[in-house]
Amino acid sequence: MESINKSDNNFEQCLKCTICTVYCPVLAVNPQFPGPKHGGPDQERLRLKMPSFYDEANKYCMNCKRCEVACPSNVRIGDIIQKAKLKYSRHRPSVRDFFLSHTDLVGTLSSPFAPLVNKALGWNVTKQILDGVLKVDRHRTFPKYSHEKFTSWMKKHADEQKQYPHQLCYFHGCYVNYNFPDLGKDLVRIMNAFGYGVELLEEEKCCGVALISNGFVGQARKQAETNLKSIRKAVSQEKAVILTSSTCAMTLRDEYPHVLNLDNKDVRDHIEIATRFIYRMIHETKAFDVSKLKFRNRPLKIAYHTPCHLEKLGWEYYSLELLRLIPNINLTVLKPNCCGIGGTYGFKKENYENAQKIGAPLFKEIEEGDFDFIVSDCETCKWQIEMSTSKKCIHPISVFAQALD
Amino acid sequence: MIFDTVIIGGGSSGLTCGIRLQEAGKKCVIISSGQSALHFSSGSFDLLNALPDGTKVTNPIDALKELKAQNPKHPYTKIGEEKFAHLAQEAQRLLADAKIQTVGSYHANHYRLTPFAITKPTWLTMADYVYAEQPDTFSWKNISIINFTAYLDFHPNFFADKFRRMGMSVREIEIDLATIANNKNNLSEMRSTNIARLFDNGKTFANFANILKSKIEKSDAVLLPACLGLEHADIVDTLSNILGVTVKLLPTFPPSVSGIRSQYLLKQRFMELGGTYMLGDTVNKVEFEGNQVTKIYTVNHNDIPLRGEQYVLCSGSFFSQGLVALPNDIIDPICGLDIDYISDRKQWFADDTFDKQNYESFGIKTNEHFLAIKDQKTIDNLHVCGASLGGFNALKDGCGGGASLLTALYAAEEILGNKK
Repeated sequence: MESINKSDNNFEQCLKCTICTVYCPVLAVNPQFPGPKHGGPDQERLRLKMPSFYDEANKYCMNCKRCEVACPSNVRIGDIIQKAKLKYSRHRPSVRDFFLSHTDLVGTLSSPFAPLVNKALGWNVTKQILDGVLKVDRHRTFPKYSHEKFTSWMKKHADEQKQYPHQLCYFHGCYVNYNFPDLGKDLVRIMNAFGYGVELLEEEKCCGVALISNGFVGQARKQAETNLKSIRKAVSQEKAVILTSSTCAMTLRDEYPHVLNLDNKDVRDHIEIATRFIYRMIHETKAFDVSKLKFRNRPLKIAYHTPCHLEKLGWEYYSLELLRLIPNINLTVLKPNCCGIGGTYGFKKENYENAQKIGAPLFKEIEEGDFDFIVSDCETCKWQIEMSTSKKCIHPISVFAQALD
Repeated sequence: MIFDTVIIGGGSSGLTCGIRLQEAGKKCVIISSGQSALHFSSGSFDLLNALPDGTKVTNPIDALKELKAQNPKHPYTKIGEEKFAHLAQEAQRLLADAKIQTVGSYHANHYRLTPFAITKPTWLTMADYVYAEQPDTFSWKNISIINFTAYLDFHPNFFADKFRRMGMSVREIEIDLATIANNKNNLSEMRSTNIARLFDNGKTFANFANILKSKIEKSDAVLLPACLGLEHADIVDTLSNILGVTVKLLPTFPPSVSGIRSQYLLKQRFMELGGTYMLGDTVNKVEFEGNQVTKIYTVNHNDIPLRGEQYVLCSGSFFSQGLVALPNDIIDPICGLDIDYISDRKQWFADDTFDKQNYESFGIKTNEHFLAIKDQKTIDNLHVCGASLGGFNALKDGCGGGASLLTALYAAEEILGNKK
């Protein structure tokens, strides 16, 4: 029987049960957003009839995918909205959207002048200009640029990494490369402790998540093709490809096929976050022996925040299990609330207030908890939590690395 | 991943089973492919409202003998009279420990109202809902029924009409939330949960209470649509104290705020006891060896299987896709277990929607201890609970809630007993 559904998504599986509307963080604070059910499957029906039915208010979707996690019918609601935005929106990306989403370009330009750029981005006058001219909200704190890129550091240590009996490839992502190489270095340290040397991919571009959400789909596809080519090469050499960023992982695995229509079936299962790789090595293949590791045994009282995209991947368990290996740890799992940043979403002036409202319950829980610090796998959750609470937010890989003696 | 028990399905049944097992120190994981049917909860759990021949039931435990005679396949028949009372008490205790306060008892049905203001018998009702020991007996004389401007999932006229016919004086009050919440935007998505979120903001709630106080005059009860208490279950008591009169909730159309809160509280309880809850994942392969399940694979965890000594299937019925209807077949898409159903499709449903529908009582076949049957062989370490089970018509017999909770507790006790 030939399918009658001419759309390339599964919107017709929606039963109109409204469960997704309960879990949409945007809908809870912004009544202008039509919401996942209405903006997704409901309006898809109309859009298929006539593209002019597209509702520009779908721009308020932050693509957190919480609707998809909640949906009992496995409708890919977030994908439906993302694709509709790319296909039907008449809104052209602004200069601001260009700068927020072209992370490789901005990172490459900023790194050599890191001390100056970091200082300038902290100035009130810069913030006022960014706010007034570019509509980047002045309340935002920008992530600092690193003077030495992670890739430069890796190149210096390439020979030393080759000495290890096993090798794997690390998709570091823009944040580790331009802003926070220390996280990458922590990963290298842990992998080395387990006998694995770390390599870079042949060529790595920004995963493209910000390009997709800001409407630069052509550029996103180009970068995705480069990444897939490099990943295919690594996989053909039987090297695992691991990431520390949960959002990059979700983009490479799911947004490439679902939103960019790029087939990644052959390599998708080889792309995973580092904590999952470590879990497999310890518990499934038993290649890693934790009893050989020496820990500092420092008492820690920490709270873990699950990033939306990690929840979508279903992989929070692996990061928690890694943390639980650390002796003398008192670990609280925070309630399943979104932090509100949504990547570049919360940087935009028009979204700032709602982003902070979305995050408010999480910030409150953090402040009430008397934790040493917060742990999360997502770099943008980290910026949001550090800007909006009094706590530091550290990646589980760094927490583990710092717990090693 | 290795657990003591792997539970497939994270609604009322899966969570009840998981909580009971965690209480006894077992390490459990629940895999749930999305949120559960609790989001459409009426605010009550039914135990047994009618026998298959239509006879009304006022005392569920006394009706078990007749139920057995009329329907030997009913899950309650398998549970048996003695265990039934024990498990029904356990269920209420377990809910209370999860901070879900209910009223009701397994040996006397009480009466709730539906969103159409129809009176129906039931077993447990959320303590803050309107209920009566006997049908339509309320001591109130003057009541106020509140609704919110533009909120379409609640119809106060049905209730007002009902209470007026009972001789009460009814004041209908409409409140504009946009003014109270100081919200300049039009609340286009006026759903129960969004309204509940407004009230979770202390300032909005205080504003609302003040306005209400000025409007209710001499009412001896104030009845609100059940749009309060997503986060704080005690908000109705707080309002009652401020107003100085009884405040009770009337059911709304979905989504159900009390159901969502119950889902959240059960999940929290399960996790506080050390359970692992995996939301948004789907089991895509179950491996059997002889008469045992050995491991399961899921979409998210792919090559890393979940293993347990025991497995429990609480995947629900057609809505939750625990059962799937094909053109001429009913299947369990997860484990491929044997299903109890009529093979002639014409007999699956009656033309009149409100008649007894046979498909309602289709479900997974089990032995007398709710162990699954696959290819006519019993699977020794796989229990089946709740709406996945066959042999009962949850709508006509009014026993869906009880069947979910009691079979889940039965399975948990079997699993714990087996280990002794």
